[in-house]
Amino acid sequence: MLAAIIMLIFICFCVHFQNTAGQFFSSGHTNNWAVLVCTSRFWFNYRHVANTLSVYRSVKRLGIPDSHIVLMLADDMACNHRNPKPATVFSHRNMELNVYGDDVEVDYRGYEVTVENFLRVLTGRLPPSTPRSKRLLSDDRSNILIYLTGHGGNGFLKFQDSEEISNVELADAFEQMWQKRRYNELLFIIDTCQGASMYERFYSPNIMALASSQVGEDSLSHQPDLAIGVHLMDRYTFYLLEFLEDIHPASKSNMNDLFKVCPKSQCVSTPGHRTDLFLRDPGSVLITDFFGSVRKVEITMEQPYLLKVQEKTYSYVDQLPVSEIIHQKPKQKDWHPPDGFILGLWTLILLVFFKTYGIKHLKHIF
Amino acid sequence: MIVWSQSALQLATNYDFQEELVIRPLHSGDIYASFQFRTLWETDFMRENKVSHYRLFPKSLGQVISKFSVRELHISFTQGYWRTMQWGQPFLPSPPGAELWVWFQDSVTDVDAAWKELTNVLSGIFCASLNFIDSTNTVQPSASFKPLGIVNETDHRFLRYATLPREIVCTENLTPWKKLLPCGSKAGLAVLLKSEKLFHSSFFSQTVHIRPVCQDRECKTTSWELRQTLNVVFDLHTSGQGKREWSLFKMFSRTLTEACPLASSSKIYIDVTDNPQEEYFELSPATPLLSQAVVLGDRRTFSVYDLTQQVTFGTVRSLNLLIRWKSTEGSMLRPLLHAERYVAGYGLQTGEIHTVMYNNHPFRSFPVLLLDSVPWYLRLYIHTLTVTSKGKDNTPSYIHYQPSKDRMRPHLLEMLVQLPPHSVTEVTVQFERALLKWTEYTPDPNHGFYVGSSVISALVPSSVAMDTNITQEQPLFSSFFPCKEESSYFVRVYTEPLLVNLPTPDFSMPYNVICLTCTVVAVGYGSLYNLLTRSFQIEEPNPRLAKKIANFIRRIRGVPLLS
Repeated sequence: MLAAIIMLIFICFCVHFQNTAGQFFSSGHTNNWAVLVCTSRFWFNYRHVANTLSVYRSVKRLGIPDSHIVLMLADDMACNHRNPKPATVFSHRNMELNVYGDDVEVDYRGYEVTVENFLRVLTGRLPPSTPRSKRLLSDDRSNILIYLTGHGGNGFLKFQDSEEISNVELADAFEQMWQKRRYNELLFIIDTCQGASMYERFYSPNIMALASSQVGEDSLSHQPDLAIGVHLMDRYTFYLLEFLEDIHPASKSNMNDLFKVCPKSQCVSTPGHRTDLFLRDPGSVLITDFFGSVRKVEITMEQPYLLKVQEKTYSYVDQLPVSEIIHQKPKQKDWHPPDGFILGLWTLILLVFFKTYGIKHLKHIF
Repeated sequence: MIVWSQSALQLATNYDFQEELVIRPLHSGDIYASFQFRTLWETDFMRENKVSHYRLFPKSLGQVISKFSVRELHISFTQGYWRTMQWGQPFLPSPPGAELWVWFQDSVTDVDAAWKELTNVLSGIFCASLNFIDSTNTVQPSASFKPLGIVNETDHRFLRYATLPREIVCTENLTPWKKLLPCGSKAGLAVLLKSEKLFHSSFFSQTVHIRPVCQDRECKTTSWELRQTLNVVFDLHTSGQGKREWSLFKMFSRTLTEACPLASSSKIYIDVTDNPQEEYFELSPATPLLSQAVVLGDRRTFSVYDLTQQVTFGTVRSLNLLIRWKSTEGSMLRPLLHAERYVAGYGLQTGEIHTVMYNNHPFRSFPVLLLDSVPWYLRLYIHTLTVTSKGKDNTPSYIHYQPSKDRMRPHLLEMLVQLPPHSVTEVTVQFERALLKWTEYTPDPNHGFYVGSSVISALVPSSVAMDTNITQEQPLFSSFFPCKEESSYFVRVYTEPLLVNLPTPDFSMPYNVICLTCTVVAVGYGSLYNLLTRSFQIEEPNPRLAKKIANFIRRIRGVPLLS
């Protein structure tokens, strides 16, 4: 009897311990990454760059460092010669908020933003000389936020007015990421016309997707600024930015609040979302699980010692040595082994020779 | 005690950081500000044990130097074009866009592979598209771009030069550049570097130069020098609101409160040579320090503000220099050498590149080395190359030409031309435009394609004797180019980049052709196929309901049906 009671207490204690341990690791991720892409070129697409930069700003403010953000901007709006206020990108009329800021690091810019580079970043298949800041070095405990904006249609998203990515390609890229264990959970947000068509084809687990409009609907822009002359932001991202400005790193808002951002009355289009592939209940997922960051800090106190340099005399060189240049000897060309053409020519010559004069002359050569 | 102080001195002389700002009012009312930050470090990157403790020298650049065995690295990002006729000569010239030239050490076996990797790494460090530098825009100059640091011998196989004229400079390039400074942008002169004011200017250029230099006059020891310079020209009308009055606050929207604590010297120089008795402009707060330096062949006088002295900041604890003009200035000293370049011709098939060089010296002639790197899609006809001065033919004493290879290598043309005194020399060459494959066009091909600036290197005769001893006491802006002789100084002039239109196809044509072909096939072949294979069968019409019931009853009765 007593043994049974002790056993029961022990089991309860284990379960309690498990529960607290479980709560500590409830979200299951150890690092956060963000891939923010603006796919449009030309000055009149200013609003797409402003969209991406406002999400970049929120994500940086909530804790994700530049080394964990891959920012791709297809055109430069801030230092564009049409911009009346250089080095600024505004999101609100009357230039209230400069989302470009003073501390921005764009990883892919201009012509580098292509479908190929985007898919290579997601799947990790980059050439070996790619620097770290241009890679998505996520592992199976990473939560990744992917944000796309630009011009799109039913089933595709246009990159730089010259190529497009289809929803099937995107779904396959995510499946590659899942099979290579490159993410723990993925939040996909897209702000384009008919954005919901882009997440229709996803089939990998642990993906949650949000879009600014349904199939058949257009996403609309928010407000023009008369001094700059273009529309500054898209509606969905404008209200998303307003929502995120209220979030701080310790906030407890969950995904259900995010789904309510920009109802039809404000957005004119109907935002959609998809959670059937996601294993956890959206109500238990915090906004900061994707927009904020969990970071590891390592401190080291070592200091190595340096050695002294050897003694030797040096001198500067003439910048324009005229006499030397005029009397320059021809350069030593590096010796290259004869290439295919020369070898073929010699083989032909030898063949003709032996055909004409017979094989007995071979002994004179070898 | 003595041992401790000696080792502290040792550590102190190992590193040195200096910062300075030179402000030169220009004749047109604009103002030219040049920041120079120099870090000297006595170390050896090339030995086996890797250097791992970095104090003032940025670690990212130190690792780049040791990994790729770089002897010298010069990179510049520029927005705008330097107008030599209106502004004079800059302290450090740079072409529009991005320019990178590197001297590798003799120990490098595969220079091209190291160059490719180096450009990728630098594109990550500076957030720029330097990864677009490949064999189609890299050249190996044979006589220009001699090393600016100390070296034993120069073999031009270890030099690579590339330029990206299309590269845009914005805050994302300035941010990592500022992070390389020892004090960052938190203290010293770098607090003035605010992007909103810097990019609202006529000319902006930021550069990084790494080279080995002599430590002292005897040159027994060498140290690595990292120079970061930032040149900016503020326009009278856009930044100055039309009023001829400049102050640090008006230019940078900030004032100075302290020098960088890690700097051994932190100074501001204002060029007052044209204002000896304060008759043209007035400088406040007044400073007793005056310094003279020979720079760009001229002896200039500067008022100096030493930020390491507390008295410079006065009672308000902040320094806001104010330059107020009283009357308009007289004439400006004409620059002795400047150049222009333009494309002549019409249509989308052929054209002509003209490079015009002006020698404004009244009686001296001097040699210039012209370097032209033209992309492969402009096919130069070198037999049409002509060099004329004052209407007569002027044969260059040295020509090095490397023809281009389609999609692999650009044209490289280097010529040593003697410019006669007070003359205009024109270099013309005809070219033909190539048709690119449709995947090689950029997403906005109707903008045009850029051709990089020509580089003109010259030894210009100097009116004042130049100082050939490179010592530490010279201000930074006058000690960049090493001086070998006293009667001339080295100058580099960049021309404008060219923008040429290539014949551009209509990119919607593949889509149009597919639609049209499919329609023609469907309508034409489809109708023919139907005509040939369709067979007609007679079908009974459906009888009416009454007839159907009557037939049904008749069938039951076994009586013949109605028709």
